[in-house]
Amino acid sequence: MIRIQNLEKTYTTGAVITPVLRGITLDIKKGEYVAIMGKSGAGKSTLLYQMGLLDKPTTGSVMLDDVNTHDLGEGERTVFRLNHLGYVFQDYALVPELTALENVAIPLLMLGQSEKEAYAQALKMLEKIGLGHRMNNLPNQLSGGEQQRVSVARAVCHHPKILFADEPTANLDSASSALVLDVFDALHAEGQTIVMVTHEKEYAERAQRTIVIDDGIVKE
Amino acid sequence: MEKLLNDIKVGWFLGTRQIRRSNIWTTLLIVLIMTLTFLNLIVVSGILVGLIEGGQRANRSQYTGDVIITTPVGKAYLEQTQDLLSVIQSLPQVVSWSDRMLASVSLEANYQSRNFQELPNTAGGQLTGIDVDRENGVSGISQYITEGEFLEPGSSGTIVLGKNILRRYSESFGDTFPALDDIYPGDKVLVRTGDKVREFTVVGILDSKVGEISLRAFVTQNDFLSLSPRPTREVNEISLVHDKTISDEFIRDIFIERGFDGRAKIQTAEGATPDFLNQIKTAFALLGSVIGGIGILVASITIFIVIFINAVTRRKYIGILKGIGISGASIRIAYILQSLLYACVGSALGSVIIYTLLVPFFEANPLDFPFSDGILVAPIEQTLTRFGILLIVTLIAGFIPAWMIIRQNTLDAILGR
Repeated sequence: MIRIQNLEKTYTTGAVITPVLRGITLDIKKGEYVAIMGKSGAGKSTLLYQMGLLDKPTTGSVMLDDVNTHDLGEGERTVFRLNHLGYVFQDYALVPELTALENVAIPLLMLGQSEKEAYAQALKMLEKIGLGHRMNNLPNQLSGGEQQRVSVARAVCHHPKILFADEPTANLDSASSALVLDVFDALHAEGQTIVMVTHEKEYAERAQRTIVIDDGIVKE
Repeated sequence: MEKLLNDIKVGWFLGTRQIRRSNIWTTLLIVLIMTLTFLNLIVVSGILVGLIEGGQRANRSQYTGDVIITTPVGKAYLEQTQDLLSVIQSLPQVVSWSDRMLASVSLEANYQSRNFQELPNTAGGQLTGIDVDRENGVSGISQYITEGEFLEPGSSGTIVLGKNILRRYSESFGDTFPALDDIYPGDKVLVRTGDKVREFTVVGILDSKVGEISLRAFVTQNDFLSLSPRPTREVNEISLVHDKTISDEFIRDIFIERGFDGRAKIQTAEGATPDFLNQIKTAFALLGSVIGGIGILVASITIFIVIFINAVTRRKYIGILKGIGISGASIRIAYILQSLLYACVGSALGSVIIYTLLVPFFEANPLDFPFSDGILVAPIEQTLTRFGILLIVTLIAGFIPAWMIIRQNTLDAILGR
């Protein structure tokens, strides 16, 4: 499902060159639930961004579902993300002017569904994560945990091949974190491929496999 | 095509919700700016043009009618007066007409009490012999009486003076016109033409900004003929008004086709407008467009700043939308939609203010200019053109900042780098 070979990512600021990822090679199989762990600044989020096509590696290749993403242009990467990938960001990243239902429905609309179809599917997803009754609330009317669950619903409602989560519990209390991770467990049980960045060992243990990144290389 | 339609659908979805849930006061402020810009665009040039248009309109309603037939240069009067009147009376579309006799005269006032060591109180003018009812039918001239009253049909020995024949009215023009001092209704004046002199009683003063009215002295046709006899009551000008079922040109062309051209000067009201007025009108319209152009520039910069600030402050969400696969085109459309909404609502409010408040207001209270009563001219087609210009400019002003923000790196936008 995900095949990464010799991945390097270097940031250049003026004359300062900072290598963040230094030759990462790894495979993640379809249906796998993988946690990426590491210290702050180890490069785990950067690795997620390269896998999730939010950024381009300096060298190396990222194959997603047998597609070499290196050759994709910006527009094609956006379409690929829409069709095959789902994201959960650390700070929920819900669009503030859209209700919970609208936030979940927007990728479905982009995929060509009618508003009615998109709303029906989005509502089903919200009900599945226990937030059907909050569908008409704006993000600022929801708690952090609820916002993150809406974010998960938005990430998976269009049935992506891979779900990427960047420290999804970082801003949540333990009860809310548990609820979010329960949703991940349920999705994994249905066969969803999940790649989650976390620095909490306890949460990483809920995944099938843990990849540890240290100073830009895999230490697993 | 399918992709474009989908982009529009998602752009509409995002845009309408951004508009609906944005800060109401910010939206109202932007709409107010757009309304003022639209008013600036229409009203400034509309008033400038209206100063001339008001004069032209008065010229038509008080003097030329829809078509005016005048004496060609070198002739004393219209030699085919009766033939012309026969044609006019045979045209069913003509609802009223007035024939006028003209002669240059000298007017003298206060001659009874004059000290003969002083210069006589005289002024030149054009004596106009009219049929009171027919003239009122065309120009409604009697409603412009500002002192005294108008001539009675069949009256004799009475005269009505245009206000600019009197110094107390014409002194604002300096010494442009020789004028009579101390003349009021009830006073006597002597009217001289050639070797004939006759005394008249002033019964009224006419107040009009049309030169042909304010500089003329009006008497009945019988009184006129007593001073300036004409073999078969030939006249110098004929103004006529039609029922608007046909054009002014249609009526003019009838006379030309019947061979009167050359022996009479036949002009539509517009054709009779002096060229300098049309030139002033063009210059004012240009000036108005320049001022309006500056207004458009200010509005476009305002929209640019508003959309830019909006897009910059929402850069993270734009990045997230792109991150979850929403196309750049959809996000751009959402911002363009906002710009268009501001332009449309602003223009609509501006139009309501123009057509329900300002145009009627200026019709009822025209700007008092020495040569005209200025109105607000806002033809629908011109308003629509300027609305179109504002819309296009706003669209561009909304598109550019959205495009600038959206083309930035997705990850940088998400992380706020």
